[in-house]
Amino acid sequence: MTPPTASELAGLLRSGATTPQDLAARARADLERISDLNAVLRYTDSLAERQAERAARTLAEVPERAGPLCGIPFAYKDVLCVEGVETTAGSRILQGHRPPYTGTALRRLLDAGAVPVAVTNCDEFAMGSSNENSAFGPVGNPWDPGRVPGGSSGGSAAVVAAGAVPYSLGTDTGGSIRQPASLCGVTGFKPTYGRVSRYGLIAFASSLDQIGPFARSVADVAGVFSAIAGWDAMDSTSSPTPVEPVEDQLGRGIEGMRLGVPHEYVAEGLEPGVRAAIETAFSELERLGATLEEVSLPTTEAGLSTYYIIAPAECSANLARMDGVRFGLHIDRPSLTDTYLETRGNGFGPEVKRRIMLGTYALSSGYYDAYYRKAQKVRTLIADEFDRAFATVDALVCPTSPLVAFARGAKSDPLSMYLCDVLTLPVNLAGLPGISVPCGFSEGLPVGLQVIGPRFQDGVVLRVAHAYERATSWHAEQPPVPPVASGAGS
Amino acid sequence: MTLSRDQVAHVAMLARLGLTEEEMELYREQLDAILAHVDRLQQVDTSQVVETAQIGGLLNAWRDDERRPCLSVEAALANAPKRRGNHFEVGAIQE
Repeated sequence: MTPPTASELAGLLRSGATTPQDLAARARADLERISDLNAVLRYTDSLAERQAERAARTLAEVPERAGPLCGIPFAYKDVLCVEGVETTAGSRILQGHRPPYTGTALRRLLDAGAVPVAVTNCDEFAMGSSNENSAFGPVGNPWDPGRVPGGSSGGSAAVVAAGAVPYSLGTDTGGSIRQPASLCGVTGFKPTYGRVSRYGLIAFASSLDQIGPFARSVADVAGVFSAIAGWDAMDSTSSPTPVEPVEDQLGRGIEGMRLGVPHEYVAEGLEPGVRAAIETAFSELERLGATLEEVSLPTTEAGLSTYYIIAPAECSANLARMDGVRFGLHIDRPSLTDTYLETRGNGFGPEVKRRIMLGTYALSSGYYDAYYRKAQKVRTLIADEFDRAFATVDALVCPTSPLVAFARGAKSDPLSMYLCDVLTLPVNLAGLPGISVPCGFSEGLPVGLQVIGPRFQDGVVLRVAHAYERATSWHAEQPPVPPVASGAGS
Repeated sequence: MTLSRDQVAHVAMLARLGLTEEEMELYREQLDAILAHVDRLQQVDTSQVVETAQIGGLLNAWRDDERRPCLSVEAALANAPKRRGNHFEVGAIQE
């Protein structure tokens, strides 16, 4: 039986068939049942209890003020700050850290009566494509626990795929929502850059980071997006452009839409099973009335290099605040310099150190122009190419990941790991909205279809994804393990 | 290009990362490989292109410089590994 979506649970709450407390308790029990996956770092029991009580009161006393997420349990990635709740970014350097404030996306969900039940595991400081870089151990993929769930939001993808919570929050800097969504067979949405406030998100690469939802339906990710999107005075890069009501876009179908297939994204490097699933998905989109046409994004090949200069450069600056002085790990040495060296040398894991080194090098005197400034220029070319493509097509469709979930430990070489994000990171460089929806299986493992839209046209992306979801049943497929009891209140 | 051990040590010091000798050698090899890949950026013609730092097209965000509520001293210091009174405590900056 398919676990209920957030929309279905909202209906059960309104009919009185269940309560927020009951849903939270069931989610908690389901998460414990899948504890072998190591997807959860900690439970937020007292916060869940408070929020569930509050939601129950709203539903009972002022039901007209209860929004669609009121009383619905969810989980969120360990990079999003909630006042007083331990937040570690999957890193030893922040172990025990309790932020003194709540970030905007979480604040908006809490205000909507949503019930956070758990903090999910992730790659350290959101750096990775397999969730093997967490200081608190790797996460298993519900479809095959010996394989990775993708990353960096691997825990958030796994808990939704396993059916333990209807939705979760993740973050996406180079594919960290879409790629794990693809590998775990769920829907994951990265909104337009600046659409969701980054306030209270532990920064990795500030010009690329964006918060977004995982769910088992497009309607659910649209609902969560609507709840968290919009300008915020606390994030100077959040956009003042008004948020379009994306729900209006769902159900409109794609008859007559023009969808571009970027030649460079399907030309080579795809696993045969991924290619087969994607080609079938393309046929389905045509059957639904869309016109597919090939487009070219010639600078795609330089995207990986551009990203792996810009993201590490920004991370090396952002992570300078992990200094053992104001919060986090502190290894005491007589001099301040030695305290920094010891604290940071011991507190960060190998991938974070690698990226700090790479970024520091790219920003260092004598190399700035050759690497960082050059990468920022190529970034302009990449963004311009997308903009030109959107002059003739409404959206782009392509695979999310060139490969399905791989075995833990299979990619020990950093460059081969970086290549996992080759189809997702250009979207971050260009600041576009992108979604991954389940579109089939290869070797028994999920494949994701990526839909990319023009900046601030998040609704177009959701519309295409929704039409595809309605015409197919891939999103309803359940992983064989582990069995999770239904969250329905019966 | 090939990074030297001294270059790696210099970058590690700039980043205030205490690395072991084994880590120095590991990162020297890995950064070499990554930079060799990244060098393909140099083949892209960017002579007519300006840099992108803000993809959303925003310029500076201004607000009036007025007093607003902020964290209490206790909240701000709550995570401090070492404090003295109302201050963060740090070690000696000069020996």
